[in-house]
Order: sequence, then C-alpha cells, then structure tokens
Amino acid sequence: MAETSAGAMSFIDAPVQGDVATEEMLVNMGPQHPSTHGVLRLVLRTDGEMVQEAIPHIGFLHRCAEKIGENVAPYQWIPYSDRMDYLAGMNNNQGYSVAIEKLAGLEVPERAQYIRVMFAELNRIASHLVAVGCFGLDMGAWSPLLYCFREREMILDMFEATCGARLTYSYITPGGVTNDLPDGFVERCSEFLDYFEPKIDDYNNLLSYNHIYVKRLADVGVISAEDAIAFGLTGPNLRGSGVKFDLRKALPYDVYERMEFDIPVGEPGGQGRIPRGVVLGDCWNRYFLRLAEIEQSVRIVRQCLRDLPPAGDDGVCHKKNRTVKLPADEVYVEVENPRGQLGFYVRGDGSAVPARVKTRGPAFCHLCIMNHMTKDCLLADVPAILGSIDIVLGEVDR
Amino acid sequence: MSPEEICSALQETFGAAITEAALEGAHPHAVVRADKWPEVARFLRDDPAMGFDLLRCISSVDLQDESKLACVYDLLALSSVSATETMSARHQFAVRVCTERDDPHIPTVADVWPAADWHEREAYDMMGIVFDNHPDLRRILCPDDWEGYPLRKDYVFPVSYHGIPGTTEHELTNPRH
Repeated sequence: MAETSAGAMSFIDAPVQGDVATEEMLVNMGPQHPSTHGVLRLVLRTDGEMVQEAIPHIGFLHRCAEKIGENVAPYQWIPYSDRMDYLAGMNNNQGYSVAIEKLAGLEVPERAQYIRVMFAELNRIASHLVAVGCFGLDMGAWSPLLYCFREREMILDMFEATCGARLTYSYITPGGVTNDLPDGFVERCSEFLDYFEPKIDDYNNLLSYNHIYVKRLADVGVISAEDAIAFGLTGPNLRGSGVKFDLRKALPYDVYERMEFDIPVGEPGGQGRIPRGVVLGDCWNRYFLRLAEIEQSVRIVRQCLRDLPPAGDDGVCHKKNRTVKLPADEVYVEVENPRGQLGFYVRGDGSAVPARVKTRGPAFCHLCIMNHMTKDCLLADVPAILGSIDIVLGEVDR
Repeated sequence: MSPEEICSALQETFGAAITEAALEGAHPHAVVRADKWPEVARFLRDDPAMGFDLLRCISSVDLQDESKLACVYDLLALSSVSATETMSARHQFAVRVCTERDDPHIPTVADVWPAADWHEREAYDMMGIVFDNHPDLRRILCPDDWEGYPLRKDYVFPVSYHGIPGTTEHELTNPRH
C-alpha cells in the first residue's frame, strides 16, 4: 500500500488507517512453526493484517525416495513408501503394491485383498483423526486432539498386533500382505468399531459445531470446483468443493467394487448437518468431510470383517513375488489415499529393479494452490487454510 | 473413449505431430512432438469429446540409451462437475513428450493446467528439463545452488555440499548403482 522512504516526515504523506500507517512486510512462517505441520517455510507478503502472497518453500524433508526406488527391488522399496505419508503408511504400501502388480501381472489372493482394504480404511480413520485433531489444535482447541489420539492409539495397537509396527508398517506388499491376521483380530476389530462409532458424535459436539470454531472456518479459504480440478486437487479437498469423485468408486482396485459406501461431499451451509454461514469449498467443509469419511470407512471395515474369506492354498502372499522380474513396460496407477490420489509411475526394464519410480503425492499438488488461496486473506486465516488442506511434508518432499 | 479412439482422434487432428502411438502394454499413450505439445494439450482439455480436465502427474524419465529425456503426462477426464451425482472417470490417457538429452526444452503447459506448475518445476529440478515460458521455473526440492540433476542416470553424487560430507571417495570409485 504505502511506499516508505527516508526522512522523518514522510509517514505523514502515507495513506493511513486510523492513525496507523501500513507498509508491505515479508513474514517468514516456518520452517519451524507449529502450524505448518512439518518442515515447511511460507514466505508471506503482508500489508498490515492482509496477506497478498504466500510462497511455499519445500524440500527440507527431501530424502531421494525416487532415486532409491531405481536401485532396489519393489518389495525392498515398500519401507520407503511408509516414510512418505507417514500418517497413512498402509495406503502408501497399497499404492506401490497395486502399481507393481499391474506392471508385473501378479495375482493377489482374495483374502489378502480384503485385508488390504480393511487396513487401508483403518489407516484412513487413523489419519483423519490426526487431521481433525491437529486442525482443532491449530484453531486453539486442545482437548479434541487428545480424544482423537486416544482412539487412534487403539487402531495403532491393532496394527502393531498384526505387523509389529505402529507407524511404518511395510505390511502390504506386492502380491498380498506379509502375514495373516493374528488370532482374535476379527473380534477385536469389531469391538473397537462398536466402541468407536458413537465417538464420532463426541467429536462433532466438541469441535465441529463449536461456535468459535465455525466462525474461524466458515467462508474462509474457499476453493471453487473449477479451481480444485484445474490445480489438480484430489481426495477430501476436491470433494469439499462439491465434486463427487472418489477413485474407490470411479476406478476401483483390490475389492473396493464389492463394498457399499457413500461418498461424502461438501455442501453449502444451512441444510442438514451443515451450520449456517458455511460456504461450499471452505475450510469448515473440508474439515467436516473428513469426519464424514470416517463414518464411511467404519462401514467398509465392517463389510470386510463380515465377508473375509478363509485363507486358500496361497495364504496371503506368494513367496515367488519377492523375486519377480519387471517387464520392459510402464504403468501409472493411482489409489485413494486419506489425503487424495496417490499415484505411482513405474517403468520396468526387464530386470528386478525398476528403471524409474515416480510418486505423485497428493499433498504436493495441494500445496501448489496455497498462493492462489491466500490472496487477500487475513494473516490469522493462513493456519486455518493450511490446516484445512491437510498436508504431510514427508510426502510433499519425498 | 478408449485409448485407441483418443489416439486416432489426435492423429486425425494433428497428423505428423503425433509421432508414435504406444497403445500396447499397461500404459497406453501417444508420443507428441515437443513444439506442438501446448496446442495438443489445449485440444485435449477443451475439445468436448476429450475433456481432460485433471492433470494427474508429470513423470520425467531419462532415456539414456536413446540420448533423450521424456515427460509423461497422465490425464484424467471427469464425467461432469456436479455435486448431486457420483462422478466416474470418463476416460484416461497419457502423452509422452521427448526432448534431446544435451539441450532439453519442452514448452510449458502451466497455462493449460495450473497443476503443471509444480510438476514441471520438479522435473526441471530433478531431470534438468527446461520448460519454456514457465512462469516461475526454479528448483523446488533441492536448494537453489545445487549442482546437477539427481534423477539423471549419469548423475554423480557430490562429495560435499557447503562443508556437509556427502558421498565418500570410496563410493565414487566403486559405485553401487
């Protein structure tokens, strides 16, 4: 707004609001900032309280995952995929496995497919619980985070009982899963779902309809459906803008085509469960969509538990899949991660090691729209917008 | 539309700009000449029969044997923009654009699909492909003063970066890769 120049009297000529002159200022948000959800640096060009530009600087967590992928066999790279979107390790494992299976033509035993869908959905619940809880934290609500983590802990306990790890599972692998479910898993998981389902109402009462919370998020960071598609947004961020598109329905993989579930989608305020003041594609819609997706994931897990077939002769994975050779062909496969569509481009050259592994991280594409969304918004809304697109920097930087 | 139909429609409209139709295999795609690529991209997005509104990914590939670099653009067409009905994937297709390895230039499509902005920056950073007319072409994952393009097959790992030790001499003379 105002140009500052030398001289003590110059501020008198500057445009004023009340008795406070504004001037352009560059503000560094991050790399060590609690609201950046990891190591992200945002350079904000501000004028008073208004943000005019937000330039993300990424790469602090770059660990050469793709280069490593060109040097190890697919099943050896599965642990690296865990470390990209570290809140959704199962979904990442599944994405790379599905890509390798399509490229090499591997068969997955039916029981393993059910287990994969079940664990992918449990991981989606766990991941969305972190997203919802941390988003509350960004907005100054402490306690919902603790409730979310209490339930997430139970899911992690089940994962630990199955594969021994709580965060980096490496459980889903090309051709199936590494080992069968532990004894009593089906009962334990059903018990958990019975306990967990009513808790979703608790989150809504604690957070979703809290007056201050709604005021902070309604009509903030609005993305139109056209922008969402043009910028390559996927997953909850795309559906929050009213585009009812979900890969699990549109291009199903594993046994998703046998599952019955709805695709929640963002809605304008004042109708149904949506409070007044909320706009299609705003931060509140994107937040609430994640809770709605948790409900649907519970439905899918229940169906998997009900229909889980017994182990056949092949168990849950062929041993020969470890030594599979990749044909001289290429493949591009996307799966629906909690954050959006996670894509893998894999190119084989006839050997056991791929010639190229490229990952399309949904959070990478989502961060791309940050500058577009924060034009002329309030400085205090930047954490709200950043939290609502729910990025994981491990996946942005790979 | 099937990949075959999309490809023949492209060949009909653009003729010699479509240099190859790689329709066999798990990833059907067309190879497009670099100088015609923005024109083809606009057609793919705007033509009602095509309607590729979602750019999913740009994957850069080092084709060292042919002494070429390539970009693979994976596209998806959504059925319609409507909140009431579940959308399906209308069709999907991919395009490969090749360029010379010693002077790699591909025109940008960031003005066609804004999503291409960061994907192209990543391809520039990792593979050294220069995207002509890109609004803000600079490194994205590596630091600005990084040397070389890490995902090229002949990339030599640095011994140190600003005093931070990297690859050892032993690893340089006995490469694992």
